[in-house]
Amino acid sequence: MSSEGQSKAEHGYTGELAVLLTALRAILPSDSVLWEEEDLRPYECDGLSAYRRLPLIVVLPDTIDQVQAVMRLCHQRKVPVVARGAGTGLSGGALPHSQGVLLSLAKFKSIIDIDARNRTARVQPGVRNLAISQAAAPLGLYYAPDPSSQIACTIGGNVAENSGGVHCLKYGLTVHNILQLQIISADGELLTLGGAALDSPGYDFLALFTGSEGMLGIIVEVTVKLLPLPERAQVVLAAFDDVVKAGGAVGEIIAAGIIPAGLEMMDKLAIRAAEDFVHAGYPLEAEAILLCEVDGTNEEVSEHILKIHDIMQNCGAIEVRTAKDEQERALFWKGRKAAFPAVGRLAPDYYCMDGTIPRQHLPEVLRRIGELSREYDLPVANVFHAGDGNLHPLILYDANKPGELQRTEEFGGKILELCVAVGGTITGEHGVGMEKIDQMCTQFQPDELRQFHAVKDAFDPAGILNPGKAVPTLHRCAEFGAMHVHQGRVPFPELDRF
Amino acid sequence: MDKDLTAKLEAHVRGALTRSAPLRISGGGTKSFLGRAVEGEPLDVAGHRGIVNYQPTELVITARAGTPLLEINAALHERNQMLGFEPPHFGDNATLGGTIACGLSGPRRAYAGAARDFVLGMKLINGRGELLHFGGEVMKNVAGYDVSRLMTGAMGTLGVITEVSLKVLPHPASELSLVQACSIDDAITRMNLWASRPLPISATCFVGNRLYVRLSGAETAVASARRHIGGELVTDSPDFWEAMREQHHDFFAGAAPLWRLSLPPAAARVPLSGACALEWGGAQRWLRTDAAPPEVRRVAAAAGGHAVLFRGGDSDERFHPLPGALLALHRRVKQAFDPKGIFNPGRMYAEF
Repeated sequence: MSSEGQSKAEHGYTGELAVLLTALRAILPSDSVLWEEEDLRPYECDGLSAYRRLPLIVVLPDTIDQVQAVMRLCHQRKVPVVARGAGTGLSGGALPHSQGVLLSLAKFKSIIDIDARNRTARVQPGVRNLAISQAAAPLGLYYAPDPSSQIACTIGGNVAENSGGVHCLKYGLTVHNILQLQIISADGELLTLGGAALDSPGYDFLALFTGSEGMLGIIVEVTVKLLPLPERAQVVLAAFDDVVKAGGAVGEIIAAGIIPAGLEMMDKLAIRAAEDFVHAGYPLEAEAILLCEVDGTNEEVSEHILKIHDIMQNCGAIEVRTAKDEQERALFWKGRKAAFPAVGRLAPDYYCMDGTIPRQHLPEVLRRIGELSREYDLPVANVFHAGDGNLHPLILYDANKPGELQRTEEFGGKILELCVAVGGTITGEHGVGMEKIDQMCTQFQPDELRQFHAVKDAFDPAGILNPGKAVPTLHRCAEFGAMHVHQGRVPFPELDRF
Repeated sequence: MDKDLTAKLEAHVRGALTRSAPLRISGGGTKSFLGRAVEGEPLDVAGHRGIVNYQPTELVITARAGTPLLEINAALHERNQMLGFEPPHFGDNATLGGTIACGLSGPRRAYAGAARDFVLGMKLINGRGELLHFGGEVMKNVAGYDVSRLMTGAMGTLGVITEVSLKVLPHPASELSLVQACSIDDAITRMNLWASRPLPISATCFVGNRLYVRLSGAETAVASARRHIGGELVTDSPDFWEAMREQHHDFFAGAAPLWRLSLPPAAARVPLSGACALEWGGAQRWLRTDAAPPEVRRVAAAAGGHAVLFRGGDSDERFHPLPGALLALHRRVKQAFDPKGIFNPGRMYAEF
């Protein structure tokens, strides 16, 4: 993790800065162009604060025309552009470029239209995720994806990262819940991807663009699908004395034909941290707990809750509780939702990983993480979107202790490589950004990376959009490989490769 | 019968590259009517078949592109699971690869998702003759661009799909269908009203002045929704939905051109002559009309959607034309995957 706080004069961009500033001020009101260090400081990082870097300039346009003009200018002058929403991302995707423009979409925050009959909302990219559901609630509708940062994160950022959330096993990710995007291409053209219908002519650029991490264009409008609010939701909490048994219960619930609205697992350290923090009533003697929520019609929920209760017991749960009312349901979830900050209280810093694995490998992966934890002498708490195999190990460390940050990063990298080795992926929902760029070399072969670069070139031939993120150069991978494959040995040689 | 022909397919593509010979990719040949005709050397993927991995508790199946859809459905059925997008087969020989390349979805689409929504990962051969793997077998994966979904519905113009991983769903515990007589305008209103309520609807169809609704889910939920929706019980429910999906229903008989209009679901009845059937809560509309193609496209666009000349008619333009800037982007993306333009040239649009 790097810190680049050097002044622009040291970089030698003073001349370019002056030219750019003049040109940008001709396009934007002067208070929408920031360049003094104290004004740039709030933009130096996103939710992954270990990576910090000042941009050359920050712009805050508030019309599509202004975004187009900024892009045309930057395209002409080959100036890098990094788009930013609320800056809650966890992979450094919105980390500024030191020679570039940081394009904040914070002023694009109006809900343009809610179409009750077609059950869609047309919103600007800076609208917060939760604000959409709040605006749709009077119509009995809501926007399903609910990343844990939903109070703050913006829909534009959600699209850029293809954000998930607790409910995505049943309701899907961002890509499953949007219909149309208005984007500004790298050379300043306004394009519509997708449409008001369920499909649109030509290639599925809507899907390609979702999760593309600001590499292919700037999102200036999003049309999302709205779903009817479920009649009822109910949650079961089950405690296990063994994570393997908890993992087994997850498989049995799915095998019984139930797709839970949410299915979350926490391990002992995470349970303790959450309990100390919010007093959710979690059983402290448990090695793992499962929170299983079902939603739907009243009858359906009752039927499924009974089944889930039985399955948990048959799978060896030491305790099974159904939330007796809405208040207790909220309390059960409060512990899970507060898990990250709760774990944050256990150490000065924590580092959140985001691998996804086929669920059947959970016991093996948790065992290896435990071994690595001892090897690196760094504690790990595990929080797991158990239904869809998305694992969030939280490594506890102290950035002020010399070398500990570096050890943490190395440990994190090992966890991601382990996820790939069991047939999973390095990122389930947080994105590659700057953080996992080296692990992309583990996940993909050179030909595949070359194909990604070809896609990027098709959208952004000059390479000005978020350069250096999401997809590593082959050169970078060669260096990374040389660093990590010691004596010709790949990581975890004892594991089958998928 | 399972056979891995990956190496042979790769060799064929590399050979075609050296000869600069365009390829016409085919599986079971059941959907060759769709899109524009392709001139090219046949590249037969049907022999490359077999289920590679099926983990019912992971909700994932992976199979080679040539695997018959019937074989996949049978394997899923055995474990009480199904393909959530309920794809049309259009013939017993339909393959998984062809189904995904065409990106077609059936009656459940508006309620469970489209083919692309269930695609988790894919192996493909690109136009440089390289075998590439994108996505995987996990539900959540945001590493790299979503090439697997881009390939879905690209009609084989970006590469040869050799293997696909799909999310699967449990078969609903209970299912029944109801029918009521009504006008097309009432049908549009009712379907959209139901969709705005938490009802366990898994399919809707308006055809021949009758509105059909399928309910799927927990037994008690289906029973309760039945009281809410009303209408007569459909006694041959599976047959009805299959007939609509496979276009065996009387509506699809005869020689009049068949248009598929994809519109916002609540869009009003379109001002075009000819019989009209609605599916997907009003979002998919079938039209038997002799109206001039530009007129059909104009009407569809004005209603906020697009039109595909699905079967028949004499127009060479089958898919809805793309606006200039978007067409240019299509060409660049085509170039990125298939620089020599050897895969199914012109199958979607004359320009690529």
